[in-house]
Amino acid sequence: MNLLNPKLYKKDVEQEPIRAGFGRGLVAAGRNNNQVVALCADLTESTHMEDFAKEFPERFIEIGVAEQNLVTVAAGMSLAGKIPFVSSYAAFSPGRNWEQIRTTICINEANVKIAGSHAGVSVGPVMRVLPNMRVIVPCDSIEAEKATVALAASEGAAYIRLAREKTPVVTTSDTPFTLGKAQVLREGADLTMIACGPMVYQMLVAAEKLSADGIEAEVINCATVKPLDHATILASVRKTRAVMTAEEAQAAGGLGGAIAELLGEHEPLALARVGMQDHFGESGDPNELLEHFKLTAPHIAARARKLLK
Amino acid sequence: MTTEELAKMANTIRQDIIKMLVEAGSGHSAGPLGMADVFTAMYFVVLKHDPKNPDWPERDRLILSNGHIVPVRYATMARAGYFPVQELMTLRKFGSRLQGHPERLRLPGLETTSGPLGSGLSQAAGIAKAWQIDGIKNRRVYCLISDGEQDEGNTWEAAMFAAKYKLANLTAITDRNNIQIDGPTEQVMPLEDLRAKWEAFGWHVIEIDGHNFTQIIDACNFARTIENKPVMIIAHTIPGKGVDFMEYDFHWHGKPPNPEQAKEALRELRTLGGRIRSEHQ
Repeated sequence: MNLLNPKLYKKDVEQEPIRAGFGRGLVAAGRNNNQVVALCADLTESTHMEDFAKEFPERFIEIGVAEQNLVTVAAGMSLAGKIPFVSSYAAFSPGRNWEQIRTTICINEANVKIAGSHAGVSVGPVMRVLPNMRVIVPCDSIEAEKATVALAASEGAAYIRLAREKTPVVTTSDTPFTLGKAQVLREGADLTMIACGPMVYQMLVAAEKLSADGIEAEVINCATVKPLDHATILASVRKTRAVMTAEEAQAAGGLGGAIAELLGEHEPLALARVGMQDHFGESGDPNELLEHFKLTAPHIAARARKLLK
Repeated sequence: MTTEELAKMANTIRQDIIKMLVEAGSGHSAGPLGMADVFTAMYFVVLKHDPKNPDWPERDRLILSNGHIVPVRYATMARAGYFPVQELMTLRKFGSRLQGHPERLRLPGLETTSGPLGSGLSQAAGIAKAWQIDGIKNRRVYCLISDGEQDEGNTWEAAMFAAKYKLANLTAITDRNNIQIDGPTEQVMPLEDLRAKWEAFGWHVIEIDGHNFTQIIDACNFARTIENKPVMIIAHTIPGKGVDFMEYDFHWHGKPPNPEQAKEALRELRTLGGRIRSEHQ
């Protein structure tokens, strides 16, 4: 089976915002189950809830610019049997309403799915530390669609992190997706590269460059950052004995942090973490910013070569 | 239950609260004592519920937003038959279902987890909204909130939401006892004109004496007749009600009585209990 988009390494690879896949998945989830409801905090179009709102107006709830209310109303609706999806920009939700998520969703064990869009380079990993919270970071719009449908059918709280920008499409409609499973997208014996979100593309391109130099990297798409798929990751790193991670968010506490914890306890190995290094984002063209923060394939390949020296 | 029986039950619940707090050695005194009459009216008259079947889907929901007054809820639930009265003495102890702040999944009948202030009304409104979508009209959501927690912006986000969606199946009750941890509410962060605030937010407001059973029950019944608006009942209460040295004193917001103080409090409450019959004759 072809896990990867045949045009992946080509210049004209298809690109689509990851959040668009969330929008399609939400409509599909709404058709699958009439208990699915969607709540938004005045960002319906840009978080791609508008198609759901058009098709199911009675199940779409506009909350206004009130992110604390967004998640607490959703918690209440889940207690009455609904399956609420809430969306806003990640800086506001879960950025602003973290305590409400902790108390009324996580401790309360409410079945609420939180979509944080426009997560970008600015918003750090605040959700991984919450018990009862799963963290999903899809690598492209196709995976986001599958993840959204899967989350609707899976009882319990979850956070799905979505990028704003057009992102190269890495997977195909046939690529399997399972919540909680990391997926080896490219096999190799010299180095394990683990990524989530838009950085999966950058790592695959970096692996292609490294291959030209005779370095064969294994690339793992770790779309479920929590709970972490220990078995898949440990099997790979025990083979390669060298590990890199990449994410577009803060490396501290995010995927990089999670892998560092896993390795520290089970398989201490040299590790290089690509991601935001204790900086905030800033204005600029997204590609310019990725370059500035060293989040592109050439930088990743250079880090890999350094790690393997 | 007659008003006299309700008053006696509330007096028993107040004694339970004192015994629980002194046994636990920590917890809040003023709020639970002040809300004993409202809780008694809710569990023994107003609510449609079944203590032997706490998950009965058709029950009314009682959401407690200010979770720190939960000892009064525990005591009232025990007296209503949800669990044995002896279990009240496990409050705040390791392994107890009676957590210091309520946790939904620990004890059937709690409805939500709360403690951090300001998010109960939103959850109540979420339940009310879900029932509105499903066309469910034979149940009501009640939400008890404190006055101090109305400092929280989340409360007013919920107020706007409930008015926008015309959640007439939602009745909130404010425990207007005028104190919070740091002092009188009007000094810490003035709330008045509280009635005008809720009316301006699109709610129907009823003000009552929160220690008058007839007024509590009438207000809840009247709330059922209001169409297209949520209802806020502002219940004026006395913090520490029933224990002379605790009444009106904000220092009793967040501490329990010591054994000596508890003895005195129980003596006072028993005396008051003895007077209830004569007051109702």
